[in-house]
Amino acid sequence: MNNIIYSVIFYVLAAMVIGSAGYVAISKNIVRCAFALVYTFLGVAGLFVLLSADFIAATQVLIYVGGTLVLILFAVMLSSRISEIRISNQSVGRVPGFFITICFGAILIYVAVSGQWPVTEKVDFSPTTASIGNALLGKWLLPFEVVSILILSGLMGAVVIARRKRMPKGDEK
Amino acid sequence: MTPGLPHFLIVGAFLFAFGILCVMTRRNAVGVLMGVELILNSANINFIAFAHFSGTAQTRIDGHVFALFCIVLAALECAVALAIVMAIYRNFNKLIDMEELTTLRE
Repeated sequence: MNNIIYSVIFYVLAAMVIGSAGYVAISKNIVRCAFALVYTFLGVAGLFVLLSADFIAATQVLIYVGGTLVLILFAVMLSSRISEIRISNQSVGRVPGFFITICFGAILIYVAVSGQWPVTEKVDFSPTTASIGNALLGKWLLPFEVVSILILSGLMGAVVIARRKRMPKGDEK
Repeated sequence: MTPGLPHFLIVGAFLFAFGILCVMTRRNAVGVLMGVELILNSANINFIAFAHFSGTAQTRIDGHVFALFCIVLAALECAVALAIVMAIYRNFNKLIDMEELTTLRE
């Protein structure tokens, strides 16, 4: 019974993720793309819960749905004109694009199905937050600090790029 | 049939293929950015799936930490990319068309 519930939830989430990702990939309206991306991210968070990654699922909801998607919606709303919103996300080269995509997806699915992956028998569903914290401040301390420096420089770079150029005094038009 | 490792890998493969399609064919820069986010999400699904199904008690957390770094870097990349989009929007006559952005090439 437990397995049946697990399977049903997995297939529902997988259909939601794949369907909304396909909509993101082919829709012509960029606002609808952005809102379909919400369902993709939420479905991926659900898959993380099924994979016993509770902390990563919460992080996914907080950062992707709460942060990244709001940024994307900001960019969409600020940069596209309302009059042409229906054709705001056009594509070029669809036929070769679909061809390469189908080839790539077929290769990936073939590898996923036919690969001899090492699978451990016992799968536990224990909470992971405490051990992630220990790992981040123990084994992965150096990458953690490097990422913090990278985030700082990235944010400074974003501010510098997005800021309006200020004219020097006496040089105004 | 209970979903195993290949099922999750197939979901990741679909997400990756759609992301590739988005990155290759979109003309709007924000659409390309959405494709990049799809690709990063598919990588995260694979990390967590391998950590869950083929990780031991010691190595299981490593996959989670990798996915965590991946999420954080995706958020950072999104912020920088949107700053670039805003700069393009101001400097290229309100168009964010990837076909038009050839100034660096000329």
